[in-house]
Amino acid sequence: MTAQEAAPGGDALEVFRRDVQAWLQENFPQELAGQDNPLAAIEGNAPASPAAQAWKAAIGSRGWGTPTWPREYGGGGLDHRQAKILNEEMAAVGAWNPIGGMGVMMLGPTLLEFASEEQKRRHIPPICRSEIRWCQGYSEPGAGSDLAALQTRAEDCGDHYLINGQKTWTSGGQWADWCFALVRTDKQRKHDGISFLLIDMQSPGVEVRPIQLISGTSPFCETFFTDVRVPKENLVGEENGGWTIGKRLLQHERTNLSGGAAGRGGRGGGSLAKIGEYYLGKNDAGQLPDADLRTRIARFEMRQRAFRLTAQRVLAEARSGAPAAASSILKNVGAELTQERAELTLEMMGLNGLGWEGDGFTPQELMATRGWLWGKAVSIYGGTAEIQNNVIAKRILGMQGE
Amino acid sequence: MAVLNEEQRLLRDMARDWADQQSPVSAFRRLRDSGTPGVDPATWQSMANMGWAGIVIPEAHGGSNFGYLGLGLVLEESARTLTASPLAASALGAASALVLGGNPEQQARYLPGIASGELIACLAIDDGPRHQPQSFSTRASRSDDGWVLHGSKAFVAEGGQAQLLVVAAETDSGPALFLVEVDTPGLERAARHLADARDHCALQLDAVVLPEAALLGAAGDRKLLDAVLDRARIGAAAEMLGMAVQSFNLTLDYLKTRVQFDEIIARFQALQHRMARLFTEIELLRSTVEEALAAIDRDDPELPQLASLAKATANDTLHLMSREMIQLHGGIGMTDEHDAGFYLKRARVLENSWGNASFHRDRYARLCGY
Repeated sequence: MTAQEAAPGGDALEVFRRDVQAWLQENFPQELAGQDNPLAAIEGNAPASPAAQAWKAAIGSRGWGTPTWPREYGGGGLDHRQAKILNEEMAAVGAWNPIGGMGVMMLGPTLLEFASEEQKRRHIPPICRSEIRWCQGYSEPGAGSDLAALQTRAEDCGDHYLINGQKTWTSGGQWADWCFALVRTDKQRKHDGISFLLIDMQSPGVEVRPIQLISGTSPFCETFFTDVRVPKENLVGEENGGWTIGKRLLQHERTNLSGGAAGRGGRGGGSLAKIGEYYLGKNDAGQLPDADLRTRIARFEMRQRAFRLTAQRVLAEARSGAPAAASSILKNVGAELTQERAELTLEMMGLNGLGWEGDGFTPQELMATRGWLWGKAVSIYGGTAEIQNNVIAKRILGMQGE
Repeated sequence: MAVLNEEQRLLRDMARDWADQQSPVSAFRRLRDSGTPGVDPATWQSMANMGWAGIVIPEAHGGSNFGYLGLGLVLEESARTLTASPLAASALGAASALVLGGNPEQQARYLPGIASGELIACLAIDDGPRHQPQSFSTRASRSDDGWVLHGSKAFVAEGGQAQLLVVAAETDSGPALFLVEVDTPGLERAARHLADARDHCALQLDAVVLPEAALLGAAGDRKLLDAVLDRARIGAAAEMLGMAVQSFNLTLDYLKTRVQFDEIIARFQALQHRMARLFTEIELLRSTVEEALAAIDRDDPELPQLASLAKATANDTLHLMSREMIQLHGGIGMTDEHDAGFYLKRARVLENSWGNASFHRDRYARLCGY
């Protein structure tokens, strides 16, 4: 019996920690230490080095990229304390988790809750090994914030559905293998006419066109479905029961997005005060010479700290069983901080912070421009700030009335 | 990060029930109308009987040594219903000064009385209407066998009912804190009636002669002063959190009952989004307050930053909440009959006490090196 299968007490956890250390020593290629790229998800499909591929394969087959998922579906089967130890030991050697994407963040947890045994056995293990890339087929040109207005039609043809329609903002659609989509199976009913379907992107009739954003990148696509045949075994849950499943998936999305904002808002790019010092210098009192800017930086950094404390508190309270209705709060404040940070950075850099390409700019300045523009998306995707406020008002504050 | 343990949750629930049943806002209203603003011996006695005056005082001196997070929970709950008591001034402010800076004789002399609630003490720090602890115009000069104080103090919270004052004064070697009993010759007190109808007074110190034993800690110990002030700031932030929570809840209840255009106005999205924002801000505030309280208990070296974070966040949040409370209530919120005005007035007093938001943002930036 290995350590993670035992009911772990203090000693068992120490044994587990040593197991992890030994495993990392053997499997994490030292030349990769500290080379995590947090922007990989939006920068596209850059070819991975052989070492990175080996690392991905090693952690994927061990299940530790999805440490708390059940072992029977390819996860790590760890409890929270063991997962924490794994994180700590990975950080200690500069390792990171290369198993990610929408399969891990959104679809996997949703399948674990709603999918049939057969679907779980087929679709979850490749997610744990990061072999299959998933994209999200939710929004449509006419269905953004009002997602349930979606029109993409799934016609019942006996043993399969015939799909016709258009999805948009399909994140990573151009390099995805599969798509989880919300489709309309009943035209007469709005929310109760939607089904949750898994679609193979190689199917005839699927066409993907990247959308170029104001930041110059194309992380999203338009996806067209023309007479696409999808076997009925790819329906998750009941026909016309997809709205509940789809909404639960959005909760996972929100939690992950706010978590990302918490991480990046803090660590990425160093402290704003240091950037200010580099571009503006300091006065005789050792302060940033622009008093107004200095105050706004302090305000930002204090709010960011309050946000992180809140994220920690929500997590801790959720573990102790208190209701965790706070993902909308975290998503909104996280988005606001991401954008504010970018705006303050630009302001300090002056016109250097608007460099688009070519000579005359530091790599940081060019990244600041692109990051600033890309950041405008964070209060729109995953449910706009306004939709989050609706969720807070209705679900938490009960302001919907009778 | 602060997660409440079972004992702390019990204490909070007890304080919540007590405030709702023994000290509702209607009690504060009666007190305001009674002609002796801010001073309510019976309520204080009831709080003292629960042991709340001794929460941060060591057991050897009659307290329970339960910690600042525990006291913060009681402050939050009692301030939620605007309880007029010297809990923050005496059990937090003055008690902290004695616990942190007092020698064994000073502690033995005063702490048991503070812990039992019989002795009411308070901090007398600021010389003027703003929080400026960098230097004091009140002077303390050495005499043959002690000290002589000259100067004045403004807006001493709970100073009218206090028997013991912890007075800040400038010495030749820097700031110092002195224990001054209120019947000391040369000390005059005058009530100052602020909009919040609480106990505030001005002090005049005219050649107040003190023995050496009146000095807390060492003269020029700015760290002691800062440590005491940070506790007072965090305590005020805890009270402000309670007020923000109650202002929010009262406003939400009102929106859910007020009908206009044949609809409950809580259903209007313009109002929903304002409430969602206020709710978000109060959640952030709670995180900063609980973290700052826990930071005192674990003696965190970042306590000064966390104190300024909590107080600045409390100032901004309660300021916004108290304005929105009036606006969202409409005309009824402008009437004296309604409680909204009490929260608005008390909010501004606490915002101006122990440093306003710009004071604490400036301090935070300096502490972070910019």
